[in-house]
Amino acid sequence: MERRTIKVEVLARVEGEGGLRLVIENGKLREAELRIFEPPRFFEAFLRGRSCMEVPDITARICGICPVAYQMSAVHAMEDALGISITPEIRELRRLLYCGEWIESHVLHMYMLHAPDFLGYDGAVEMAKDHPEVVRDGLALKKAGNEILRLLGGREIHPINVRVGGFYRVPTKRELRELREGLLRGRDASLGTVKLVAGFEFPDVERDYEFVSLGNAGEYPFNAGHVVSNKGLDITPQQYDAHFEEYHVKRSNALHSRHIGHGPYLTGPLARYSLNSALLSPLAQEAAKQAGLGPTCYNPFRSIVIRAVEVVYAFDEALRIIDAYEQPDRPFVDAPMRAGVGYACTEAPRGMLYHRYRLDTEGSVLDAKIVPPTSQNQPSIEADLMDFAPRWLDLPDEKLGHLCEQAIRNHDPCISCATHFLKLDVVRG
Amino acid sequence: MTSKPKLAVWKFASCDGCQLSLLDCEDELLAVAGAVDIAYFPEATRAVVKGPYDVSLVEGSVTTPHDAERLHEVRRQSKTLITIGACATAGGIQALRNFKDVREFTSIVYAQPEYIDTLATSTPISAHVNVDFELRGCPINKHQLLDVLVAYLHRRKPNIPPHSVCMECKARGTVCVLVRGAASCLGPVTHAGCGAICPAYNRGCYGCFGPKETPNTVSLSAKLRDSGMNERDLQRVYRTFNAGAEAFREEGDRHGT
Repeated sequence: MERRTIKVEVLARVEGEGGLRLVIENGKLREAELRIFEPPRFFEAFLRGRSCMEVPDITARICGICPVAYQMSAVHAMEDALGISITPEIRELRRLLYCGEWIESHVLHMYMLHAPDFLGYDGAVEMAKDHPEVVRDGLALKKAGNEILRLLGGREIHPINVRVGGFYRVPTKRELRELREGLLRGRDASLGTVKLVAGFEFPDVERDYEFVSLGNAGEYPFNAGHVVSNKGLDITPQQYDAHFEEYHVKRSNALHSRHIGHGPYLTGPLARYSLNSALLSPLAQEAAKQAGLGPTCYNPFRSIVIRAVEVVYAFDEALRIIDAYEQPDRPFVDAPMRAGVGYACTEAPRGMLYHRYRLDTEGSVLDAKIVPPTSQNQPSIEADLMDFAPRWLDLPDEKLGHLCEQAIRNHDPCISCATHFLKLDVVRG
Repeated sequence: MTSKPKLAVWKFASCDGCQLSLLDCEDELLAVAGAVDIAYFPEATRAVVKGPYDVSLVEGSVTTPHDAERLHEVRRQSKTLITIGACATAGGIQALRNFKDVREFTSIVYAQPEYIDTLATSTPISAHVNVDFELRGCPINKHQLLDVLVAYLHRRKPNIPPHSVCMECKARGTVCVLVRGAASCLGPVTHAGCGAICPAYNRGCYGCFGPKETPNTVSLSAKLRDSGMNERDLQRVYRTFNAGAEAFREEGDRHGT
């Protein structure tokens, strides 16, 4: 039997640590495993006994790239457990905060992590030597998203202003208006991003994914809606556990997820867009059309185009919210403690994030369950590799390895999140 | 060939937020990239330049036997080693395991605990190797990061004041949240650096920069108790992102039920 080994120790330009192993025997791909060796941090365990009011600050620390997602799923789950409803003004401010994170995270991924693959560089800094204007545009866009986080969240990473029931302090109309100019410039620049990334060369591949995202919300989803799929699923977040399960495999410090009775599924920009594209703003829809996207997209390499369209939307939505803003009388609604179980799904930039908490009468956490998007996507990422890599087996090891890395980066895996992930290790035989 | 100083960024158990702070320097990143040779930074580039490195930034805490070994190699390769953030400096939020049985933790999170290779404790970098400078915060302040980088490149002392968050509230003009009874606040015992954000947002400091130089935690706890905090809450406020820092660990141990 002929065996060939390719090894890339650390998968670069992903958030967190992990590796990939391909086993090729007699010219056939036998296995594609994504290995997560980011050390476990046991969040679900040490959340036990903490006050529900502390949880959004703690869960933020699961991920420095998408802390807002962890805060949003946490506060909505706590509010579900405590039986409280937030005001429409708070709801809008939470969408605004999420717009900031989508912009910051998507732009980081597109310009710093993903674009170098398409333009043939090791990273953004190397890319900046030949394409300084591209990198500068990316940094300026990222900054515009971070400005929202800084004002509304207090700081860009691990914002401090998110509270069960609302915010600790709400901005004045004038403070929000000061963001306007930067967001208008950002929105214009984001249309340029769509053009730039739509011009990249994409492998002509498609996969028959089951897409899962929030939907049926009457709006492009951030914090609300049903959990829906393109294969007929339509449930509330409260029913999530009955339809999805996590399982533990030896090679990974992250749990994997599957749709019970169906198998692997995909969350994230491809899913969100394909299930909700009609709900994008007219400007974002037009940008998608110009970029050659239809109402759905099954080519994961084009996910960068969808991220760019979602960034246009996030700027548009942020401006809509700011223009309509009236400062609420109170920054939060009171949260009287009671025993209960709370559930929430929100849309992190890289996919749907599920939280469930059980609280005692004093509001302390009895148990917690957190299912990050990368855990949900990991089986689909491996299935992508099993599907795509056989087309590339004639390529030299270096090139094959790099294409596999790209196939992984398509889904913007966040390994820090999933460990509760990349090293490339290809065995050819 | 370049003779620029070589910068490496290393990651141990963490959320990636502190190294992201470097990429968040939107206005300065390209200048930094011009002044140093980014020789190892997997989150940002596939390119790897071999050590030794002039300056290593280390994020994250040590939680596995493999990482403990890897850290010694990082130290051997680094002329200057700077820890960035609460994980690397104090063990991070994951140091909450130090107060519990890690086997129980593993079985809560993972169906097959035998697949998981982990140490009983989460420890700061300084528990394993000599550290040249510790930058605090969960997350670090990117302006402080730039100051420390510039300081080491120009062989001057970093300008990172070790006083309390209270000083930053005064400088910012925020009325004290403790004095006006608006919130319980760890500001008096917490290391400055964030710019006193929380009190400006009408909430108490929750200590994410860890203990200041010579903190009087006993006195603060008495004040917090008077304002209605019970023993369990007192323990919880010290046991967060810097639970493993000596002053917070000791004060947390004094409370609880």
